[in-house]
Amino acid sequence: MSLDVPAVDMRTYLAHVELANPVTTAAGCAGTGRELSQFFDLGRLGAHTTRTITMAPRAGRPTPRMTETPSGLLNAVGLQGPGIEAFLGRELPWLAQRSIRTVVSIGGGSVAEYTALARRLADAPGVTAIEVNLACPNIEDRGRVFARDGAASAEVVASVRSVTRYDVPVVAKLSPDVTDVVAVARACVDGGADALSMINNPLGVCIDVDTLRPALAAVSGGLSGPAVRPLAVRCVWQVHAALPGVPIVGVGGVMTGRDAFELILAGACAVAVGTALFHDPLAAVRILKELEDALAARGFQRLADAVGLAHRPPGSGSRHLEESSL
Amino acid sequence: MGGSPQQVTGTVLTTRRVDAYHALTVVAPGIAERFRPGHFVSVSVGGPGTSMVTRRALAVHDVKPDYGGTVEFVVAVRGPGTAWLADRRARDTLDLVGPLGRPFPLPRDPVNCVLVGGEYGSATLFALADALQRRHCRVDFVLGAAAADRVFGALRARRVGETTTLTTEDGSLGLRGRVADVLPGVVTDVHADVIYACGPMAMLREVTAVGIDFDIPVQVAVEEAMACGIGVCMTCVLPVIGDDGVTRMVRACADGPVFRGERVRFEDVGTIPFDALGAPGGGGSARHVT
Ligand SMILES: Cc1cc2nc3c(=O)[nH]c(=O)nc-3n(C[C@H](O)[C@H](O)[C@H](O)COP(=O)(O)OP(=O)(O)OC[C@H]3O[C@@H](n4cnc5c(N)ncnc54)[C@H](O)[C@@H]3O)c2cc1C
Ligand SMILES: Cc1cc2nc3c(=O)[nH]c(=O)nc-3n(C[C@H](O)[C@H](O)[C@H](O)COP(=O)(O)O)c2cc1C
Ligand code: FES
Repeated sequence: MSLDVPAVDMRTYLAHVELANPVTTAAGCAGTGRELSQFFDLGRLGAHTTRTITMAPRAGRPTPRMTETPSGLLNAVGLQGPGIEAFLGRELPWLAQRSIRTVVSIGGGSVAEYTALARRLADAPGVTAIEVNLACPNIEDRGRVFARDGAASAEVVASVRSVTRYDVPVVAKLSPDVTDVVAVARACVDGGADALSMINNPLGVCIDVDTLRPALAAVSGGLSGPAVRPLAVRCVWQVHAALPGVPIVGVGGVMTGRDAFELILAGACAVAVGTALFHDPLAAVRILKELEDALAARGFQRLADAVGLAHRPPGSGSRHLEESSL
Repeated sequence: MGGSPQQVTGTVLTTRRVDAYHALTVVAPGIAERFRPGHFVSVSVGGPGTSMVTRRALAVHDVKPDYGGTVEFVVAVRGPGTAWLADRRARDTLDLVGPLGRPFPLPRDPVNCVLVGGEYGSATLFALADALQRRHCRVDFVLGAAAADRVFGALRARRVGETTTLTTEDGSLGLRGRVADVLPGVVTDVHADVIYACGPMAMLREVTAVGIDFDIPVQVAVEEAMACGIGVCMTCVLPVIGDDGVTRMVRACADGPVFRGERVRFEDVGTIPFDALGAPGGGGSARHVT
């Protein structure tokens, strides 16, 4: 079977950085990398994305932090993590020693904090890219989340870009809870973002009708899983349409290769897998294989040819369908 | 450690009702051979394309060498996932990951051990009892639940243990009350050197208090709501004091589920203690040295 399916060239680019394939782990969903490496070699993925690293260690939110929702879950982990010092001492070296391509996610409460984090990462070996998690409350703006505000997001991105090595791309991670995601995306690109990642979790609330209280200690939490996929596809679609040259990492509810393919057709050149890892520790490698098979079955020789393909005008035909054996 | 966990598609061999519980025996070779007492497994529920995206954690009750290795677990129906599990029949398949978590540490010397189980928590104690007895430890059981049909494993405990004390809150079996009410008497009678406990958090807190009173170690297997079971989602955390005296929010699945009882800050479960590492306002000092 595999003999008649030609291999697909799965390489992709995050700005000028080549990834062997488009499948990465999503920030905050793949631990330190060690946990998943008990199940498969993380080096088989395009990249591993770390949890969001902050300056100081963070204990996160009280429990309950999670509740299952239809085709998804609501979480309020609150960026629990070891802080940059311990990350550089214990987590990044482990990934670097195994040559695992690593996207380091950073988060802060002020432009200065993001910048300080990026500075600390500047001479650390093993950083493939920096992902700026903009879904963090801005302490200088009464806790308003950076991602809600194009100007504030752009300021963070510009500052991080200015202290980051030229060969390390800066990826801005956007939230869907905004009136105009394209405006925020454009502001980030104008601020110097080399790529965009979307979507972070939209916020939701669940109420336990037995206890008559919110299900999460933090009341609201971030929704993830297949429930948010159409939202992710919509954001990727709109931003790719407006900014076709900007690389996009599509994130949201990817459980199968078909789901990943959907985001690619909408305009993503890489796809991050989050919640699916909770359901299936092998999800990321399975999705990679399924995506490759889906591309091959439709006659694609290169992943790059499928990126944004759904945007072509109706009736423009598809050489890929004609070539397909289906 | 006991080797790395495996993901296997297991086939249900048998299912049976045991009082209020459903026991499922599943052929899962890779898991059975790596199992040590205290390990748990996680199960995907709802079948292919399920809308339930998180896995369910279940303690391993028994492993047997039949068919290359089977694992048995005992399910109490709580919500949709456990209801789905209770509907499984022989020859159905289940997606299992395990063994997970850190198992119970075993004493080097032949000491006297009291094993305390609440509700289905006792399921995890029988493999432990076997391992302890192989080391010539004395094993006594204290099992309890709200009512008679929720006390799991009373018969087997009677067969295996030197003594077995049962409690129910409604008095329908054994002594009326809770396990912690009878535990001090048992600890005294059998000259217990160590307590092992698994059950609801409130019970573990009370059992730990008994251990502290008698100045003997308590090993508890905790239960926290889990989504992944493998340490990547950070939802199952609870405050535990480390060797350095610093409280950290640690993962019940990967850093536990077995902890030394006196290290678990039971009173603070569901909060971030102000002195925990990384607590808002800069916690992390060694205030709780034991
Ligand atoms: C280490 C460990 C061992 C366990 N062993 C057993 C056992 O042997 N037998 C048994 O019947 N139950 C056991 N449980 C509890 C069991 O995991 C929950 O009852 C079950 O997950 C509930 O799923 P549900 O769909 O029925 O309920 P829901 O409330 O709908 O579950 C929704 C979500 O919350 C999580 N969740 C809710 N309550 C718990 C809980 N108490 N513990 C863990 N996750 C929870 C579920 O995983 C799921 O993600 C164990 C839990 C842990 C952590
Ligand atoms: C438990 C959990 C923790 C997360 N932590 C982070 C984080 O630290 N930083 C971040 O940028 N996104 C975080 N996210 C968001 C994911 O990276 C992703 O954007 C989102 O969940 C949608 O993808 P999914 O449906 O595949 O999970 C987290 C999501 C979950 C479910
Ligand atoms: S259940 Fe996911 S980290 Fe413990």
